[in-house]
Amino acid sequence: MKEFTYERAASTQEAAAKAKETPGAKFIAGGTNLLDLMKLEIETPRHLIDVNGLGLDKIENTQDGGLRIGALVRNTALAADMRVRKDYGVLSRALLAGASGQLRNKATTAGNLLQRTRCPYFYDINQPCNKRSPGSGCAAIEGFSRQLGVIGTSESCIATNPSDMAVAMRALDAEVETVDDRGRTRKIPIAEFHRLPGDTPHIETTLASGELITAVTLPRPIGGTHVYRKVRDRASYAFALVSVAAVLQRDGTGRVAVGGVAHRPWRVEDAEADLPKGAKAFSARLLADAKPTNDNAFKIPLVERTVAAALNDARQQ
Amino acid sequence: MKFDKPAEANPIDRMQVVGRAHPRIEGPLKTTGTAPYAYEHHDVVTNPAYGAIVGSAIGKGRIASMTLAEAERAPGVLAVVTAENAGKLGKGKFNTAKLLGGPDIDHYHQAIAVVVAETFEQATAAAALIRVEYAPADGRFDLEEALKTAPLAKDPNSPEKDAPPESRTGDFEQAFAQAPVKLDELYTTPDQSHSMMEPHASIAAWNGDKLTVWTSNQMIDWGRTDLATTLGVPKENVRFVSPYIGGGFGCKLFLRSDAVMAALGAKAAGRPVRVALPRPFIPNNTTHRPATRQRIRIGAGADGRIIAIAHESGSGDLPDGQPETATNQTRLLYAGPNRLTSMRLAVMDLPEGNAMRAPGEAPGMMALEIAMDELAERLSLDPVELRVRNDTQVDPEKPDRPFSRRNLVRCLREGAERFGWTRRSATPGAVRDGHWLVGMGTAAAFRNNLLVPSGARVKLGRDGLVIVETDMTDIGTGSYTIIAQTAAEMMGVDIGRVVVRLGDSAFPVSSGSGGQFGANCSTSGVYAACVKLREAVALRLGINSAEATFSDGQVMSGNRSAKLADAVGEGELVAEDKMEWGGLDKSYQQSTFGAHFVEAAVDSFTGEVRIRRMLAVCAAGRILNPTTARSQVIGAMTMGAGAALMEELAVDKRRGFFVNHDLAGYEVPVHADIPHQEVIFLEEADDKVSPMKAKGVAELGICGVAAAVANAVYNATGVRVRNYPITLDKHLNRLPGVS
Repeated sequence: MKEFTYERAASTQEAAAKAKETPGAKFIAGGTNLLDLMKLEIETPRHLIDVNGLGLDKIENTQDGGLRIGALVRNTALAADMRVRKDYGVLSRALLAGASGQLRNKATTAGNLLQRTRCPYFYDINQPCNKRSPGSGCAAIEGFSRQLGVIGTSESCIATNPSDMAVAMRALDAEVETVDDRGRTRKIPIAEFHRLPGDTPHIETTLASGELITAVTLPRPIGGTHVYRKVRDRASYAFALVSVAAVLQRDGTGRVAVGGVAHRPWRVEDAEADLPKGAKAFSARLLADAKPTNDNAFKIPLVERTVAAALNDARQQ
Repeated sequence: MKFDKPAEANPIDRMQVVGRAHPRIEGPLKTTGTAPYAYEHHDVVTNPAYGAIVGSAIGKGRIASMTLAEAERAPGVLAVVTAENAGKLGKGKFNTAKLLGGPDIDHYHQAIAVVVAETFEQATAAAALIRVEYAPADGRFDLEEALKTAPLAKDPNSPEKDAPPESRTGDFEQAFAQAPVKLDELYTTPDQSHSMMEPHASIAAWNGDKLTVWTSNQMIDWGRTDLATTLGVPKENVRFVSPYIGGGFGCKLFLRSDAVMAALGAKAAGRPVRVALPRPFIPNNTTHRPATRQRIRIGAGADGRIIAIAHESGSGDLPDGQPETATNQTRLLYAGPNRLTSMRLAVMDLPEGNAMRAPGEAPGMMALEIAMDELAERLSLDPVELRVRNDTQVDPEKPDRPFSRRNLVRCLREGAERFGWTRRSATPGAVRDGHWLVGMGTAAAFRNNLLVPSGARVKLGRDGLVIVETDMTDIGTGSYTIIAQTAAEMMGVDIGRVVVRLGDSAFPVSSGSGGQFGANCSTSGVYAACVKLREAVALRLGINSAEATFSDGQVMSGNRSAKLADAVGEGELVAEDKMEWGGLDKSYQQSTFGAHFVEAAVDSFTGEVRIRRMLAVCAAGRILNPTTARSQVIGAMTMGAGAALMEELAVDKRRGFFVNHDLAGYEVPVHADIPHQEVIFLEEADDKVSPMKAKGVAELGICGVAAAVANAVYNATGVRVRNYPITLDKHLNRLPGVS
């Protein structure tokens, strides 16, 4: 780990301003991902700005009947919130499918959105990785890629976003609220928050320099049956091979976002028109442009079968 | 004491302490965090510096240049040791690759430097400042490719030094060609990582030319000797101390880079040095279980009796390495007049392959016991019945050599009954529970019983305390407890009156912990020392030791009785002996047996496999402590479940390393994967193996488990997977449609 300086921010705007003006600064919240990456010198921030203690840990009702989740709300608290469990079940289930109890107690809402890929080549500093070391190449494309992306990938990077929570938020059309160094706020639709890798895989979100996430808002509940189906080799404490977040209505319509396949939660709204026709038709459209590797080609049929499982779950509830 | 004829009745047979379910005597220390592990000897080493190891970034080649200046200037740095400045180093007998590499690189993450600094953080940060230029070379990283030209290899540990590399009995080829029912299949097992909880760690401190190393090592004398060889110092100058060990599974059988680098770092810095291997370093820096490719051919008559059996296995290792002896069990497990077993060893440039829990039998049984399941299906015979029909009470290659005890059939029959085996559908893919496909599978368990000399010292104090000292290790297995039970039984005292001191090279050399020989051999060594102590006590008390009974702190003979402690005059009464093994393992084949039963469910949508319940029935001689033995077997079953379903070191065949080298990428079972386990021990006492009449169970418990899982998965789905681990991608496209 490299030496770094540390401060506690006094306000969100001050945190954003400090982050923008300090070279190599990063925010730290739960630290469940960042500290691990710092120990391996994958992340080498020179300055950490602690955003705990800024009052960002509340869940509030919004005027339009939705929910505003503070950026520092812990994953455990969010999953257990009665409003979330009642109206946004897919989110609660996605959170509980991730990590372990201990990690969820520390991990925050904003931190979860910003967690970095688990590509094993990203994690090994001896290996080329365009995400960790831009321009060094990608060892994963022709290497061991079983866990990695099948769609929206590029010749620079085939990493996946490892979050479960973000997949559910994508299905719920969440918005990410931010503040910048001058105190200006904006709302970024979750669909536009995570970027595809393109030729700049090290730039993972549309956040500007110093911009701080303050909350995630959920629109008013849309009803339906909420399903989160996570597929993995062991029964718990593993990242998804494929996951499906679905909100399904009685008439067969619904929303489905998929995790474990791309650099961001993967959702194609147009494809959802085919949901009433079943998993096969929907998945074919969802993954129409997929470019899997030999190692991860199984994810194409696995997505279809997992969507079918989600539809089946919904029918039985 | 030499054990060269079957054991007669002896004080252990009373089984007032031995054989009882006693909780671990060191348990409270561990659960309260007061048992010092290798890195934690804070009381004896109060001023340590910290060492951080740098590992090679390439799999094969040379270091072209290495720039240390920046690291040497970094805050807190005391020394940087590389092959260039370490002086001449030897290589330990049990090491295949050098533990400090350079300029030649033998494998990925081979240690090439250690940076010693005042703090762990400073050492780690400075290690990252070492600049290394490499000249990479092409390496051999693809086992399938390398095996195409690999020669036959002998088992280096076989006592039959002159045996041909292929073992043949009868005429396999002709018998197989004529067999009415045949099987000829290829099975693969992947490279696996031990993934024990405690990483390798050592503290080294020099006092003049004397070196003490607090470490985590299963075999004290091997490690001590190999460290002395590596450093080029007399063995007497090296002391190894390893009282508590957080798991090893074979990964800590040998001297590893933590101890060498700590010793070199301490010498260079003039300070005690602590080194622990970071988790992401362990799979490539240390040893692993090598991958295998195994071809099995079995020919049987319509009655299910095996006529011909061949098992040929291939594995790879670094130059001068060893084959994974995956065919050993096939020489002994089932009857059949025509037999062929052989191994091939490819020279490769992946990290060093070596022993991991039940080396040989664990991967061998993974293949053989699927093959038996496939054969049963081709014969339309129940898999339990097929195994029963092919039981043998003699070594099939040497029919005049009986097994010392062999209760495989009872294990299978009793297991089948306890498990509800009759509820299994013989037709695969026939049982559904909601969206789950459900199946049952079985496999035999087999692991040889190995004998290693083992010494101990026993002291009797005036207070009546019995102190046992031996360099035996407790790697989480329960050695402390069974040794205390043995001494308590022999000396006729309460177990609370026994103090056990382990894991110190100042104590008599023991068997150590490995090959499931530790329990039987180390307690036999304690038995031998206690026999001597009993004689000394009897002599002091003027009692004929042959007639004496030691019980309740008293020594009795006829109507005479004396307090045990009264035998002690000034100081203490000390006895030392070593158990050595005669030729009984030549006249009797000594093995342990069991049967595994597994119920597994496969998600019909996603193909995910989840185990529902597991049962093991074991016949392994006298069980010294049912509690610690059961813990060993359920741990082994869990490891077998991992082998079946998830454990695989992924090889990057271009870059030459194990890619998923941490516990996020290398998955082992979590609690949710293991819902229900049951273990049954058949009552046995094997008088041909030792005065304890006990054999090992810790490795028996893993042998066959993975195949039982595989067979259950097949029974659930009707899709046979022969390449471990059985992950969902291997059967997904052959499961029933869902859309």
